[in-house]
Amino acid sequence: MQGLLFLTFAAIAVICAINLVLQTHPISSALSLIGVMGSLAVLYLLLGGEFIAAVQLIVYAGAIMVLFIFVIMLLNAGAEKRPTRKVLATWISLPLLFTFVALAAVLIGSQVPRTEAVTFGGFAGGTTLSVGRALFTQYLLPFEITSILILIAILGAVVLARKEI
Amino acid sequence: MDIPLSLPAAVPLSWFLILSAILFMLGVAGFLLRRNIITVFMSIELMLNAVNLTFVTFSYRLQKVDGHIYSFFVMVVAAAEAAVGLAIILTVFKNRSTLEIDEVNSMKL
Repeated sequence: MQGLLFLTFAAIAVICAINLVLQTHPISSALSLIGVMGSLAVLYLLLGGEFIAAVQLIVYAGAIMVLFIFVIMLLNAGAEKRPTRKVLATWISLPLLFTFVALAAVLIGSQVPRTEAVTFGGFAGGTTLSVGRALFTQYLLPFEITSILILIAILGAVVLARKEI
Repeated sequence: MDIPLSLPAAVPLSWFLILSAILFMLGVAGFLLRRNIITVFMSIELMLNAVNLTFVTFSYRLQKVDGHIYSFFVMVVAAAEAAVGLAIILTVFKNRSTLEIDEVNSMKL
């Protein structure tokens, strides 16, 4: 059952990611990215990350992607005119990337023993309670610094969106 | 490395890491091959998501919540980055009326 769930949502994630790269229209890419994020949220649930799964859906698939689609529609961005980059770059970069991922897969497969397996419910420490407790005790300083970061981001966005720049 | 024909009862930990590597690779490919500045930006988000999956997987392996915290911080930084980056894209489009990254090749107008 878990293997089936994993394979289903991993396949959805990979297909949506391939679609993101192949589509020429930004709206199609954005919808594919939402598919990737939604299936990753299911995989987080499988790994016991309840809070992270919820935040993934609310912040990533909700807030950030709405911002993306808002900008795409605001700019009236159409499909790319010229289909792709230089042929040589495509034909060299893609095999190199595939080699890289195959190498990574072989390394991971040889380093991580096959007995290491994920069972649903095998980790119960990803609840909102435990994440919140860690966030407000051990990670209090980074959490507070994050608020300053967001403040700076807001100011930066406001400054950049002024009329005269 | 033998590939099992029947589905295992529990998912091997390495599958999550390999999925993360595949998603990261696709993000890199999108970053390199796409011309539209918004699609390039979305490829970066895909790479961040792949890294988040690795964090959560290792959090499961170590039975600690720290990986979830890191991935939470990555999400916060991604949100801030999206706000500023999209504002930059808006400004670039306002000044140059193009979204093709190859045509944005000088710092000054």
